[in-house]
Amino acid sequence: MHHETTVLLIEVGALLLGLGLLGRFARRIGLSPIPLYLLAGLAFGQGGLLPLNASEEFFATGAEIGVILLLVMLGLEYSADELVGNLRSAAPAGLIDAVLNALPGAAFALLLGWGWLSAIVLAGVTWVSSSGVIAKVLADLGRLGNRETPVILSVLVIEDLAMALYLPLVTALLGGTGLGGGGIALGVAVGTVVLVLVVATRYGHAISAIFPVNNPEALLLGVLGLTLLVAGLAAQLKVSAAVGAFLVGIAVSGPVAHNATELLSPLRDLFAAVFFVFFGLATNPADMPPVLLPALGLAVLTMATKVATGYFAAGRIGVALPGRLRAGLGLIPRGEFSIVIAGLAVTSSAVEPSLAPLATAYVLITVVSGPLLGRLPDVPAVKVWLRRHRDRRRLEPATNPE
Amino acid sequence: MRVRVEQTALPGIGVRHDVITESGRRIGVVSHRNGRRDLSLYDEQDPDSCVASIPLTDDEAEALADVLGASLMLGQLSGLRQQAAGLLTEQIAITAGSRYVGRPLGATKARTRTSASIVAVLRDAEVIASPDPSFVFAAGDVVVVVGTRDGIDGVSRILAKMDPDG
Repeated sequence: MHHETTVLLIEVGALLLGLGLLGRFARRIGLSPIPLYLLAGLAFGQGGLLPLNASEEFFATGAEIGVILLLVMLGLEYSADELVGNLRSAAPAGLIDAVLNALPGAAFALLLGWGWLSAIVLAGVTWVSSSGVIAKVLADLGRLGNRETPVILSVLVIEDLAMALYLPLVTALLGGTGLGGGGIALGVAVGTVVLVLVVATRYGHAISAIFPVNNPEALLLGVLGLTLLVAGLAAQLKVSAAVGAFLVGIAVSGPVAHNATELLSPLRDLFAAVFFVFFGLATNPADMPPVLLPALGLAVLTMATKVATGYFAAGRIGVALPGRLRAGLGLIPRGEFSIVIAGLAVTSSAVEPSLAPLATAYVLITVVSGPLLGRLPDVPAVKVWLRRHRDRRRLEPATNPE
Repeated sequence: MRVRVEQTALPGIGVRHDVITESGRRIGVVSHRNGRRDLSLYDEQDPDSCVASIPLTDDEAEALADVLGASLMLGQLSGLRQQAAGLLTEQIAITAGSRYVGRPLGATKARTRTSASIVAVLRDAEVIASPDPSFVFAAGDVVVVVGTRDGIDGVSRILAKMDPDG
């Protein structure tokens, strides 16, 4: 036992140190660290370069906490008023987004003959853009003030809300409760989400009032405790721990939410990294090569549909061509949610076993190429081309006197 | 105010306020939830995109607002000067030796004695518009006076050391 703890410390320490260096390297070359964490996980998992044994359980639990922290922080970023207010104006964009990006994933799984359950899972994987990566890219490129940025954020908000309904449904379906049970689970999920939104808009202050704003220790323990408790209870009710955490994040508001965000961020960074590594750990690299080509095909297809989504959504509020392209290219990266969804599917025998490695490869491709493609509209040559394109359009009516 | 300010919500980040200037340029301020502010300047060729995003601390934002506010007020005053012929605007500094340092504006009885009005006081980077009679002067204040030539000269004499009546 004692010996095992020692090995565990060494393995966890070495891996975290390695991740720290990888994260630094990623920042230097202007990439999201997520793909590097996934690759690190692949290297150290079953069938990888150097399998870790003693720390597997630690990473499994850490990954679980990582998902919960990712989701509670996502919820903390939004206020209930924002979610509800945003819903009306952004619903058409959200709908276009869902149709254009979920359907290709589903169709792809059906074409490969993976069955409808895999189709529903893969639809989720290709649908949801990564709020974390995209928000960071927007800030890094100094685009927070851009006119298309609210459109991008609205699409992300709608996706996050949709996930609050989608995740419990998938959890129920994967649990083998079938369509009927899934329907009940969806009903419960919709009910819970609506209830939390109502409570949060009306009594958000009361919920926040139980936490001390200016006592960091008590605030950290209180918010973390409540989050884990609700996540656990939600999992017990088969609603999905992630959704429970997301709803806690939404219900907490005002200065409490702001201070809790600052306190939880380092914890989130730690456990989210563990989560990505664990997902890589759970995937055998030998499963990757056969799915690489399909993943690439799916990535190219759904990158195109995301660009179309952004193009339409930004066009609705009268943004010009360059801004429309920025919105579309900006939405490309898929990340934490896709991995969360694929992670749920790993545990089920009803889902095609190649789905997890496919999702890993898919996320790797989009999360690497997304931020790079997102910079395209800022490249001087592209800018000049876009300007010429616009001028030509403007000149056309003038050159045709009829 | 004739200028239209557009407000756009940025879910998860904060709010953006935009002003479109008469020259057709757009200036934006992104207010983050944590109190940070970015001043955004937009590309002339592609008005949807900001070419520069300048983070401002609370103090910097306040200082910038004061500078812009002061110039706005002085601009309005000089406009007034053109409209009403014979009416002048002048800035008069209160020197450390003035007998009104530490005394209220009301004690000068400037308006009754000269028919010129003290319409504002500039202190450090701040503008105090329409100061009350109870407003207390400090050395280094700059007083903005509106009135006829004689009136302004009168106020100038009152605020300087030598008082016309005493």
